[in-house]
Amino acid sequence: MPKIQVEKLTKIFGRQPQRALQALQQGKSKQEILKETGLTVGVNQASFEVQAGEIFVIMGLSGSGKSTLVRLLNRLIDPTDGHIYIDGQDIVRMNTEQLQEVRRKKLGMVFQKFALFPHRTVLENAAYGLEVQKVPKAEREKKAKESLALVGLAGWENSFPDQLSGGMQQRVGLARALANDPDVLLMDEAFSALDPLIRKDMQDELLELQSTMQKTIIFITHDLDEALKIGDRIALMKDGAVVQIGSPEEILTNPANEYVERFVEDVDRSKILSAEHVMKRAETITLDKGPRVALQLMRERGVSTLYVVDKRKMLLGVLTADAVNEAKNGNLTLEDVLRKELPTVGPQTLLNELFDLVAFSDVPVAVTEEQGRLLGVIVKGSVLGGLAGKVNAQDPGQSAEEGQVMAE
Amino acid sequence: MSQLFPKLPLNEWVETIVDVMDDRLGFLFDLISAGIGGTVDLFHAVLTGLPFWLLLIVFTLLAFRAGKWSIALFTCIGLLLIENLGYWEHSMQTLALVLTAGLISVVIGIPVGIWCAKKDTVQNVITPLLDFMQTMPAFVYLIPAIFFFGLGQVPGVIASVIFAMPPTIRLTNLGIRQVPSDLIEAADAFGSTYFQKLFKVQLPIAKSTMMAGINQSIMLALSMVVIASMIGAKGLGADVYRAVTQIKIGEGFEAGLAIVIIAIILDRITQRVGKRKNV
Repeated sequence: MPKIQVEKLTKIFGRQPQRALQALQQGKSKQEILKETGLTVGVNQASFEVQAGEIFVIMGLSGSGKSTLVRLLNRLIDPTDGHIYIDGQDIVRMNTEQLQEVRRKKLGMVFQKFALFPHRTVLENAAYGLEVQKVPKAEREKKAKESLALVGLAGWENSFPDQLSGGMQQRVGLARALANDPDVLLMDEAFSALDPLIRKDMQDELLELQSTMQKTIIFITHDLDEALKIGDRIALMKDGAVVQIGSPEEILTNPANEYVERFVEDVDRSKILSAEHVMKRAETITLDKGPRVALQLMRERGVSTLYVVDKRKMLLGVLTADAVNEAKNGNLTLEDVLRKELPTVGPQTLLNELFDLVAFSDVPVAVTEEQGRLLGVIVKGSVLGGLAGKVNAQDPGQSAEEGQVMAE
Repeated sequence: MSQLFPKLPLNEWVETIVDVMDDRLGFLFDLISAGIGGTVDLFHAVLTGLPFWLLLIVFTLLAFRAGKWSIALFTCIGLLLIENLGYWEHSMQTLALVLTAGLISVVIGIPVGIWCAKKDTVQNVITPLLDFMQTMPAFVYLIPAIFFFGLGQVPGVIASVIFAMPPTIRLTNLGIRQVPSDLIEAADAFGSTYFQKLFKVQLPIAKSTMMAGINQSIMLALSMVVIASMIGAKGLGADVYRAVTQIKIGEGFEAGLAIVIIAIILDRITQRVGKRKNV
């Protein structure tokens, strides 16, 4: 069962919002509805599921409805229509008490402008969520301190928020959300107000924390690089509707429409795409063949290197054309001229880590699984192709199964 | 014109309403009268019962705690001057009146202000009422006040409260409405109840604005003492009023100066209380 399941969630701002519901269901656009009824569509029939332990990024430009959407999830804004199931319970139908209970126990929230209470110390801020649950003072302060230590703010407990820098204030915001140990973290543009260096640090720390905490995180951002960096999956929003949901790679390599395509145009692909996205099929040979066969194969396929594998496709080494010629003339076996030292990388290696290796190697870089099974090779051209947007369309998992990857 | 549209008998209507209220709600007015009279008497008993030197020390320390040494010094010298001029007894009577009016303004004004902040409809009803209370000449309140409560301290306090309460209501309302919306969202997002949000977030953040309102209410109550003296409230106001009617410039100045000194002391102390936390 998904941790959070959202079904046709809709928010329409204005008087008598029901008027616009039917129009929306008929597929009328936000602009048409505004013209006809004067109502503003905040969120348009958004549906998605979030699995436990996942970082689900909702991204879009300002006015796309992403901040409204996250506020619908804990009903800071009441939805006009639709359902939100958290652990199978529909919170749209809950009364005030039930809702408060869910907010206290299951949902933590981090705000764009931190939203720290200025009259409370850092410790009192972090303990707020527990205080409203009437947790005894000693216990809630202990938990709040642990939570502050987790975000690297030990020793700042008695300061007031306005004495801290922006980055530190948002750490307090994060600590406040973590202190009551919720399953779900709602992060509304949590890092957008921070300067770029601090933002990067916070992203890294969030990922590090997440590797141990395994919370379900809904992260709102307008920054595609941020979305691609931290998101397990990304939902792209436009005019209140979810346009595409997918992994960062899927969004990049397979944009659902022109809007998404334009969105991802300027992304630094080298930080997103990995070896498996750009590798090409490797020309292979086994060691029981002779030099003549090898030369014949090279000529047929138009390559100057062959990768030697055993029957289980384990990589043994590489043969260059020169070496095979030498073997033929000197009556040697392929094994005698086999070069066993060659550059190899894993399929998950990011492109930007490949540049040096590919540039200075005289043979294509081999892509292997951990055990040494050959998946494909990377030549200089394939890296450039990847940066230009040409990537392997097939599901990488499936390709690995076949042991070879087709170049597009 | 007057033949075409006969004058509305507004004066008669008001008198009828007042008559009916006096008739039906007499017991309520007695109760209010007893409550207010008791409070004024209590303040008065404490303020005049204690020896001058003790009160001098208490007020000076209070001023010192609330503010700076300069305010404490002013308080000390000011009170000594009042004692020297022979207005101590009357000053304490006035202070008892002002404190009672201030207390009632706060006790009624803050909840009403909170209610206004929470509900727009309440605000829309209360705001014109406050305008009415503040702009209607204060003398007019004296008439029904006498009618319901007779002569003396109590109608003076009532008239003062009507005149002095609006700033407390207005600034409580404003202070709560000015709490940034993301803080309200944060309070809600962590599952605060209505009253947790009010007492843990809204009121603490609105505090300095609210204190400005309370300060204004106390100042306005003090400004009513002369008017209240016209219907028998004792104290410095009566001294000023007598000096005016008998054209005694010197006495009028002395009593007026005593009012100013008390006003400045009250103002500085209450102002500082609001600001202290936000250093």
